[in-house]
Amino acid sequence: MDRAVELGARVTWREINEGTMVTGGGTSREFNTGEWAVIKPTFEADKCRQCLLCVPVCPDSSIPVKDMKRLDFDYDHCKGCGICVKSCPFGAIEMEGIE
Amino acid sequence: MATKDRLSGNEAVAFALKQINPDVFPAFPITPSTEIPQNFATYVSNGEVDTEFITVESEHSSMSAAIAASAAGARALTATSSCGLAYMFEPLYIASSDRLPLLLAVVNRALTGPININCDHSDSMGVRESGWIQLYAENNQEAYDNLVQAYRISENPAVRLPIMVCQDGFITSHAVQNIELLEDEAVKNFVGEYEPEHYLLNRDEVMAIGSYGVSDYYMEAKRAQAEAMLNVPSVVLEVGKDFEAISGRSYGFFEEYKMEDADRAVVVIGSAAGTGKDAVDMLRESGEKVGLIKVRMYRPFPAEALAGALKGVKAVAVLDRAESYTNCGGPLGADVMAALFRARSQALAVNYIYGLGGRDITVKDFAKVYEDLAEVVRNDSAGDTYRYLGVRE
Ligand code: SF4
Ligand code: SF4
Repeated sequence: MDRAVELGARVTWREINEGTMVTGGGTSREFNTGEWAVIKPTFEADKCRQCLLCVPVCPDSSIPVKDMKRLDFDYDHCKGCGICVKSCPFGAIEMEGIE
Repeated sequence: MATKDRLSGNEAVAFALKQINPDVFPAFPITPSTEIPQNFATYVSNGEVDTEFITVESEHSSMSAAIAASAAGARALTATSSCGLAYMFEPLYIASSDRLPLLLAVVNRALTGPININCDHSDSMGVRESGWIQLYAENNQEAYDNLVQAYRISENPAVRLPIMVCQDGFITSHAVQNIELLEDEAVKNFVGEYEPEHYLLNRDEVMAIGSYGVSDYYMEAKRAQAEAMLNVPSVVLEVGKDFEAISGRSYGFFEEYKMEDADRAVVVIGSAAGTGKDAVDMLRESGEKVGLIKVRMYRPFPAEALAGALKGVKAVAVLDRAESYTNCGGPLGADVMAALFRARSQALAVNYIYGLGGRDITVKDFAKVYEDLAEVVRNDSAGDTYRYLGVRE
């Protein structure tokens, strides 16, 4: 099935998928939930020991991993919940208002 | 060749389902609709159908399982009554908004309270805004005929909306009447194979159903759903025409009984129409110009056609087998009066609440309604438009 229109608030009622069915897989990637965040965590790469404890706790899969090493945050999807900050034993994640 | 038989409404519906041989039937029993899954379960045990029959723990689950089956690509259904239908309230909206063809055999029964197991229309009227198509039957024959036509309407690509086929609890569901049944082969050919376009079990297409619709999309989704409902009337007529070709029985939005020259009319839904027709016959014999309209398709509501059928009428009484507590009448009354208003009708309209909780309505009751209408005409005033019929004053 072709996606008649890309996600976006311009879609008209004539174009919207019947029954709002979602066509294709992995479409949540196209929905930038990161827009909801008020504050964001910052990654202090020099303090990071790559223990990867922060990765599985992120509810939004916003800590990308490549070759067993975490990369900087995926700010398009990070909702700024701060859970990762609490999980880091080495203070390598900083976020305003969270110790 | 059709065969003549004697069946109750529930037996007739179960028999139609046997002939249709649907894919999935999740069921939870509730009076007076229990016999539908009960009789169907016998067909399953006897190997007369190859339907997946799932016994679930509630009506919320039976509807949810039917929805899931339909989303998976199966032809599915369930049956219920009264509180069971109320318990389905949430998933009913899911079925219609997900645009899933689906059948619900409703056997109308009063909602609690007081606790009551007998007929009125408060259950299906309570879900009239759920986005389901609603067809109502006067008797077992119509329940059977509507059932046979239901999937063709629901599955039409321009529609893809779930459908309720309603009959009156006990009065129709349990009373055994003569019936003409179609040949198995004729039903099979009429209903046809179900070929869903998008479905979850299609390995060639990745998709999801039942998504979250934020404010940016919700209203567009609802407008598109309304368009599907706008497509229903022409499909109902088309299917009715095809059905007439195989059965000799014709079906539209409503039945007009002796309406040609009628100056007073009653609009009613369900089994009471049979009693009403007797009253019309009786009054016609003494020269009174009275007629009756029995609404078959209540959702979508055939407002324009109905106002057209009531064009020459001076006074009309709308009979509701459900309360709305609007302080001005029942749901059918509100819809008919709105239709008359839109058509700038000059007819004087009154609304009666009758038959709640299985209260009988008699030929005498109908005769009284026509007499009341004569007075409305004489006074050139509708008087109180919110009335009760058959209640102890
Ligand atoms: S928990 Fe802290 S140290 Fe471990 S990988 Fe994540 S940021 Fe780096
Ligand atoms: S703040 Fe929350 S959403 Fe953002 S990366 Fe950390 S755990 Fe994930």
